[in-house]
Amino acid sequence: MIIANSYDVTLSVAGHDFVTAGEAASQIKRTLETLNLPPKLVRRASICAYEAEMNIIIHACRGQMGLRVTEDKVAIVAHDEGPGIANLDRAMEEGYSTASEEIREMGFGAGMGLPNMKKCADKLSIKTKVNEGTRVEIIIYLPTSEG
Amino acid sequence: MDYFHSVRLDREKCKGCVNCIKRCPVEAIRVRHGKAEIMEDRCIDCGECIRACPNHAKYAERDTIHDLTDFAYTVALPAPSLYGQFRDNVGPGRVLAAIRSLGFDDVWEVAFGAEIVSQATREYVENNRNPRPLISSACPAVVRLIQVRFPSLVDHVIPLESPMQVTASLVRRLKAKETGLGLREIGIFFFSPCPAKVTAVKSPVGGLRSEVDRVLGLTDLYGDLLRNMRQERPCLARADGSGIGWGSSGGEQAASGIENSLIVDGIHNVISVLEEIELGRLGDIDFIEAQACPGGCVGGILNVNNRFVAGVCLQHLVRDLPKSSSLAERLRQLGLEQVEVPSIVVEPRPIVRLDRDLKKAMQKLQHVNELMERFPGLDCGSCGAPTCRALAEDIAVGKATETDCIFKLRERIMGLALDTYNLAQVVPPAMDTRGINKVGGGKKGAADTSGTDSGAKT
Ligand SMILES: Nc1ncnc2c1ncn2[C@@H]1O[C@H](COP(=O)(O)OP(=O)(O)OP(=O)(O)O)[C@@H](O)[C@H]1O
Ligand code: SF4
Ligand SMILES: [Mg+2]
Repeated sequence: MIIANSYDVTLSVAGHDFVTAGEAASQIKRTLETLNLPPKLVRRASICAYEAEMNIIIHACRGQMGLRVTEDKVAIVAHDEGPGIANLDRAMEEGYSTASEEIREMGFGAGMGLPNMKKCADKLSIKTKVNEGTRVEIIIYLPTSEG
Repeated sequence: MDYFHSVRLDREKCKGCVNCIKRCPVEAIRVRHGKAEIMEDRCIDCGECIRACPNHAKYAERDTIHDLTDFAYTVALPAPSLYGQFRDNVGPGRVLAAIRSLGFDDVWEVAFGAEIVSQATREYVENNRNPRPLISSACPAVVRLIQVRFPSLVDHVIPLESPMQVTASLVRRLKAKETGLGLREIGIFFFSPCPAKVTAVKSPVGGLRSEVDRVLGLTDLYGDLLRNMRQERPCLARADGSGIGWGSSGGEQAASGIENSLIVDGIHNVISVLEEIELGRLGDIDFIEAQACPGGCVGGILNVNNRFVAGVCLQHLVRDLPKSSSLAERLRQLGLEQVEVPSIVVEPRPIVRLDRDLKKAMQKLQHVNELMERFPGLDCGSCGAPTCRALAEDIAVGKATETDCIFKLRERIMGLALDTYNLAQVVPPAMDTRGINKVGGGKKGAADTSGTDSGAKT
């Protein structure tokens, strides 16, 4: 019998597609639930995945979401080939947003996505380059097994 | 876990069709050996399957009015939605008198408790800024849905006892004092709109004993009530319109007066709202009134009237009800200063989908994905599971096999048929005459021909 040491999923996300918005995050959530991970942890991961997915949809064009579960952690990577973030420090501030008026009318663009991710993740690392794209990595550690 | 469920199956009536498995919001039903089977750890007693079953094979287990003799003194507690079951010119005074004439010593409206809970809800929402949104715990099917399918949201549930419990507890104490009987000699009979409330009484959330002793279904007593609709006893009507309004969707929100609210009814709609909350949305809303039944409790399956008609009746009744004195005043008349609404503990009860052990779960999920690639993805239900994915999960945990899928079975049969056909072409060496005509002793040739293109795989 082969014992799997990790579980991976890759999902593509299309920019400006509000019909399927949130589907990648939902699928990540479902996967984590199916793996029977603790409910609170699943929630934190889902919120991060959702915010990251929405950022691709709103601010970038196409992108990819990846999930990797190993015995000690959940890692979510959101990667896009969009405009990149010019000032990352500002972007991390609560309430900072470059979203357009239309986007705000749809209920997004409060500038809370990245700060929320920071709150929910154990580790958040962002690599971004203007006109090239953005790569957001979210790590959440699993509680050490008590059996 | 020993856990009472009101929703049951009548095996005789079940034809093993797929109606219920497709409608169950927690995928708790499978058809096995020609009959539906309910998975106890998943069922939330919402009653969707009772609604969906064309053969009436699903039913809500409940008590009967014969149990009246078990108690020295009995009180009937009708749910607010019960008023919607009669024409709107039949006021509370007549309905309550009819209920009492079934053999009860007294009758108290749960709507009275609903007023108390409305106030407590408003206070709770004002005093607890975190988390948002807060979700009402009034519908037990919704609470159980959250426990099993949205366990990360348990701390969004307002941990207050239901109007039914609050009314029952209040009436028990009042009546014991009034009659001099012991608390447990008073029999409290709740008239329930739904199986979820039956379960809430028999296996309360948090595990404490319910204040309700027996649960009746209106469906069983409707005829008797209609026959008894003669007297008028306005003094039995103690609740005001805000409590009665709880009987249909939106009533609870109106009674608690929490403005920044969202109202949702119907279990599948409730699920879509809870999914939003799980992704971190709707945090700008204070209060969510969520009810499992379409239209709220008037849509409960133990009610009789068409839910739209019942909703309108209830609205008219509330509108035309004479204004009563304030709740505080009415409580004072009962000799009560204030009624505390006890809190409840809502524990998460997540379903174990594949395995408790992460490594094993990952391996099984891999297996599920492999199966999903092979399945047709039609979600036809013929296998007895609601979706291809559910079957794949069942297979991964060893509860089903791949050939439960009729398409997979057909493939196997086709393969077998081909094998059978090919095998039929094979000639035993002793009878094989091919290649005989050359040399005199044909034996050698016969042995060689066994490999003709029949290619039988074994
Ligand atoms: N993937 C991305 N590509 C380009 N810019 C991004 C990306 N993600 C975030 N940003 C920039 O960072 C800013 C802050 O992001 P954040 O998610 O915190 O807020 P928001 O998306 O504007 O609003 P909200 O998430 O509350 O709907 C964005 O307004 C945008 O300028
Ligand atoms: S909405 Fe009312 S009738 Fe329906 S399950 Fe919930 S409490 Fe029962
Ligand atoms: Mg964002």
